[in-house]
Amino acid sequence: MSEVITYFQNIKDTVSSIFEGMSITFSHFVRKPSTVQYPDRIAQQVQDTLPLRYRGILEVDMDICTGCLACERVCPINCIAIGIERNAETNQRDFTLFDIDICKCMYCGLCMEACPTGSIRHTQEFEGACNNPAGLVRHFVTENVPLYKPKKGGETETRMIQKVDIGKRYMDEIAEPES
Amino acid sequence: MEFTVQDLIQALLPGAIPAPVGYPLAAILVAFAVLSAFVAPLAGVTSWLERRVWARMQSRVGPNRVGPQGILQWLADGVKNIQKEDIIPASADRKLFLLAPYIVFAGFIGAFVVIPFGSWLIPADLNIGILYLLAITSLAVVGILMAGWSSNNKWSLLGGMRSAAQIVSYEIPAGLSVLTVIFLSGTLSMQGIIQAQGWAPQDWFIFYNPFTLVAFFMFFTSALAEGNRTPFDIPEAESELVAGYVTEYSGMRFLFFFFAEWGNLYVIGAITTTLFLGGWQIPATIFGVTMAEHPLAKGVLEFTVFFVKSYLWVLVAMWIRGTLPRVRVDQLMAMCWKYMVPIAFVCLFGTIVLLVIWPDGNPALSLATLGFTTLVLVYFMWRVVYQIMHSRPELYLKPYV
Repeated sequence: MSEVITYFQNIKDTVSSIFEGMSITFSHFVRKPSTVQYPDRIAQQVQDTLPLRYRGILEVDMDICTGCLACERVCPINCIAIGIERNAETNQRDFTLFDIDICKCMYCGLCMEACPTGSIRHTQEFEGACNNPAGLVRHFVTENVPLYKPKKGGETETRMIQKVDIGKRYMDEIAEPES
Repeated sequence: MEFTVQDLIQALLPGAIPAPVGYPLAAILVAFAVLSAFVAPLAGVTSWLERRVWARMQSRVGPNRVGPQGILQWLADGVKNIQKEDIIPASADRKLFLLAPYIVFAGFIGAFVVIPFGSWLIPADLNIGILYLLAITSLAVVGILMAGWSSNNKWSLLGGMRSAAQIVSYEIPAGLSVLTVIFLSGTLSMQGIIQAQGWAPQDWFIFYNPFTLVAFFMFFTSALAEGNRTPFDIPEAESELVAGYVTEYSGMRFLFFFFAEWGNLYVIGAITTTLFLGGWQIPATIFGVTMAEHPLAKGVLEFTVFFVKSYLWVLVAMWIRGTLPRVRVDQLMAMCWKYMVPIAFVCLFGTIVLLVIWPDGNPALSLATLGFTTLVLVYFMWRVVYQIMHSRPELYLKPYV
């Protein structure tokens, strides 16, 4: 007798569970999909939503780089290459090369911590895809530029004041491990 | 359609070509035209729609990049698969391996011969239509078994064997449910079955009496099982059998199997509509317009009614696929032999008994069955509303994303 009861119980369970399951899937059918359609069909660029401390692809502001080579030395995998030559005409030292190989970079952030002026910085940029790995080497020196020397008594040019300020703020707020 | 095709052939047949050559040639041309103009887009769009429907049920978006809302995704998939290499395993039974997809495909496409899209739109109204349909759809199992055997791969063989066992078993509840309808209509012809029903829901065979309502569910479930659809897709259970009998196939041959599967979905819907849901039946007069006076409008309306009804069941099959998990082999067999076959028999005998009592049917009983179904649907909608209210999700009612 118990088998007969189980038999009809099984039929009832099948019908009621399918009924309930179908109502749940139908209610999901009218819900908003949670998919983010990266990269083109999104309300806001992902870069804009990332936090300031996000360690993206490195950038260097050559105008406030002193050429101290601290970043090159501290880099554990030697992805930063800096070339400095003395310019015979102006008798000053010029950058001839400042390359960062993004392929190698592991985004450890040691270089930006070591930088005395805050010129090497992590950006929010993370989309590095390109057809050739050589395209991932970022060249920051296109023509020879002189090294930055901080002026005694502070900067006078508005443009330079801003740049130094940005670097200083970056150092204080983001690059300092303790901050 | 049969008259139209006949007229067309006679009008276009040049006198120089003898009829025994001309007729098969013209028939092949017509079949090719129907295949490429109706069946291929139907199966293709169904594959795209199915992916979109599942996706929405799983809070995803689905393919929406190729063409507007991804509607041309099936063309892109087809072009991709044509370009792919047709790999034949070195130790495969070459002839059978090459032949198998065509057998499966022929079994599916042959079903379109007797599908009544309208009162005159049927390729051939055979007087044994439904019998032919049961026979021709079983041809697929030969191809599946052939594919499984000739691939010389354990997954393929297991998939083919499972499929054979499954289709042969589920033929029985399906056949018994069809027999219930045949008792009511008294004919095996597809048009005859539709003509025995009316346009109003209470005149449909599904609501004829409570037993036919159950027989309808038995038929739809067994048809899904015969079409290897989830939750009965154990022949291609990817968690156990890689891809089952299609494991060794690639490129266009692989596509043929899935073409047949998605096209078969529509065939299932069409048979269900024909047998239980009144087919193409429309009222004789709509808003005072006698439909018989406007043959073209009548034909279009009939086709629309039939297509909408049958595609509804395609959508339900997608919905089931998005809901139920795959059953195990032993569960599948137990469900068929222990539950569905006895229930189908009960439906058959119940209908016979009721036929003896009321040979012409009982309108009150039909209305009661219809009312009961409506109540169940209302309760179902309430459950859906409850699920939505319970979890307070963000609703998104637009079909596009």
